[in-house]
Amino acid sequence: MEDQNSGLTVSTTDGATVVEMTHRKILDEINISRIGERLNAIVAESDTPKLVLDFENVSHMSSSALGMLITVHKHVREKDGSLWLCNIQPSIYEVFVITRLNEIFQIAKSRQEALEQLA
Amino acid sequence: MVGLVRKVVIASKLAEARKAEDALLREVRRCGYSDSVLFAIKLALEEGLNNAIKHGNAYDPDKMVELEFDVTPQQARITITDQGEGFDPDAVPDPTADENLERPCGRGIMLMRAYMDKVEYNRRGNRVRLLKHNR
Repeated sequence: MEDQNSGLTVSTTDGATVVEMTHRKILDEINISRIGERLNAIVAESDTPKLVLDFENVSHMSSSALGMLITVHKHVREKDGSLWLCNIQPSIYEVFVITRLNEIFQIAKSRQEALEQLA
Repeated sequence: MVGLVRKVVIASKLAEARKAEDALLREVRRCGYSDSVLFAIKLALEEGLNNAIKHGNAYDPDKMVELEFDVTPQQARITITDQGEGFDPDAVPDPTADENLERPCGRGIMLMRAYMDKVEYNRRGNRVRLLKHNR
């Protein structure tokens, strides 16, 4: 289901919720806030959330977007859930490495690999 | 080599920042910068303008943000000035320290430093100068 408002496409595969970021740039504060609200609502709906965030379309991210992801990650862990990020472009992955957030997040190369980890 | 210095003054609104960014990035593209340098400039510009609007001017509608830029095929010089009280950038906690890794904020300055060749604040802390070479 595509949520035009927040720029997300949400689907369910093998018990996991897969969220595809449809916006190329996750920069705008209002957009980041909407994405965060939507993701936190998805986490809240599940007893033990299994979430995959697919970044294939994303070519730019700001530190505010990283902050939003950290908050979502915290909510997932509070419910003993699992969050995987996947399909992160090399330039964006470098941002994760520079900020050491690659040590916090579970990151898979592909959506398939992320789903296998959650299975 | 010094090019033409352009100045854009914007209100303390993030939507205004996007327009200012577009003006600068058009110059960067026109000068034929590589994709990786373009990515770096865009990231640093985004962080710098966000900081000026959110933390510097605290979204005060009476305060403005000034963006000055001078882009040549060799380098991009960018200055962002807000009308806030300023801050001490050295007092900002290191977001890559173990104890700060999971804090949701505080990464903007370190990302600017990581992606730009030079990042300098004035004494008051309400103006940041960024330099990026095209290589």
